[in-house]
Amino acid sequence: MNWKTEWKPLFWIIAVFAGCFFLPVDIPRVQAALIESLYLVRWYAREHVLLCLVPAFFIAGAVAVFVSQAAVMKYLGPKANKVLAYGVASVSGTILAVCSCTILPLFAGIYRMGAGLGPACAFLYSGPAINILAIVLTARVLGPEMGIARAVGAIIFAIVIGLAMHFFFRHEEAEKAAAAPIMNDEAAGRPLWQTALYFASMVGILVFANWGKTDDPTGLWHAIYTTKWWITSGFSAALGLMLATWFQLGLVRIFLAGLPALLMAIILPEHPELAFTFGIIGLATLSNLKSTRDGEMGDWFNESWDFAKKILPLLLIGVLIAGVLLGRPGHEGLIPSEWVTSLVGGNSLFANLFASVFGAFMYFATLTEVPILQGLMGAGMGKGPALALLLAGPALSLPNMLVIRSVMGTKKTVVFVLLVMLMATISGLLYGTFF
Amino acid sequence: MKKIQILGTGCAKCTKLAENTRQAADSLGLEYELVKVTDINEIMAFGIMTTPGLAVDGKVLLAGKVPSPADIEKLLR
Repeated sequence: MNWKTEWKPLFWIIAVFAGCFFLPVDIPRVQAALIESLYLVRWYAREHVLLCLVPAFFIAGAVAVFVSQAAVMKYLGPKANKVLAYGVASVSGTILAVCSCTILPLFAGIYRMGAGLGPACAFLYSGPAINILAIVLTARVLGPEMGIARAVGAIIFAIVIGLAMHFFFRHEEAEKAAAAPIMNDEAAGRPLWQTALYFASMVGILVFANWGKTDDPTGLWHAIYTTKWWITSGFSAALGLMLATWFQLGLVRIFLAGLPALLMAIILPEHPELAFTFGIIGLATLSNLKSTRDGEMGDWFNESWDFAKKILPLLLIGVLIAGVLLGRPGHEGLIPSEWVTSLVGGNSLFANLFASVFGAFMYFATLTEVPILQGLMGAGMGKGPALALLLAGPALSLPNMLVIRSVMGTKKTVVFVLLVMLMATISGLLYGTFF
Repeated sequence: MKKIQILGTGCAKCTKLAENTRQAADSLGLEYELVKVTDINEIMAFGIMTTPGLAVDGKVLLAGKVPSPADIEKLLR
């Protein structure tokens, strides 16, 4: 045996064997934790995948296909209006950063070839926190006020951090690349208002299909809850009509694709999820016909499918791990709740600071911050520290700090990281005080 | 001999662009060398902001999208 090359597999075999040999399956705490993680996975599968994630994937896919990056980057280019650039940079993560791997190139591009350090840092901070999938899942799992606080906090503090970075390093200008950035300029396929309505119909479906039950059986929110499937159907019909006309699919094909969903809704009105599922299958079929596969419908479906393929496995692993370590809300996993409470319980300065520092260094795969945070909050984490972790977490991680450092140097990176931790701590403190 | 470079930090889209480009170049029967550029500073030096990008002999042909092999054939010709 050649030890020089074989030591690695040998090491792993021994490590895995030792792990299996001493596997502590008979300890009640471990057994309970494993059951907890399975419960948590089932809860996610029942509550969050069909009505929430699947439409969100379609929206994210549509953003990737129908929103032109070039059009947005115009406002972040070298000739951009500086004031406008901060505003655009802080919100454009919603539509530019649907995939976390696009954030760093865009950040480097804005810094080197575009509007400069300030807007680049604003974009880097808010981008991962306000992409559509992240906001939707945060609001759905952790409650609407947390989703809104995350989005608003990310946008406001992005501008503050961007301005601060610009102020600290106002005497240093980045070496600008000689050439202006190259962008593929595509002629817009359809007027802006049509694209806007098309997105509005999808967001409408997503919002109303997930409309939560209210405790109070009167009032507007409850009235919306009781009619939510009618409203959702209305938005779906509107989407169908737009696909038939503006996307040139034709009324006949839309009707055929929508028919199974319609029948389901009539036969089994008590299970609207079934009609919803059939509607999605109809849409997927429409996008994969021979005549649509290579067009924009096909592109739309492929992008959505790419997101689903990339994110679902990560989320499953994230939910399993969060379940084993922290359990469902109200139950305990491997980590005792007292530990969590003593570190990040309440709304003290230490709890918020700890959450933001931990979040800044820890790597969260796309969207996994949500189940992890849900577990932590169930185990006694305060709402303020939770927001601090949500704000510092996805924006930074040790690996991405290294890339940022290679782009803008050690000094600026250190200042940026410190600012992120500081701002996340402050927003956590504020949120924890008011909610 | 053409030098084809795929510019991207290594996400799914970059892999797909590399695959589509290889198909396109093969069906054109080009003699080529395909290189992936993953270092972000090197990518910036090409002057693109949106990845994935495609460069042939140092000239950027595509930025920020993944066309079908047939469309890439037209670019490579």
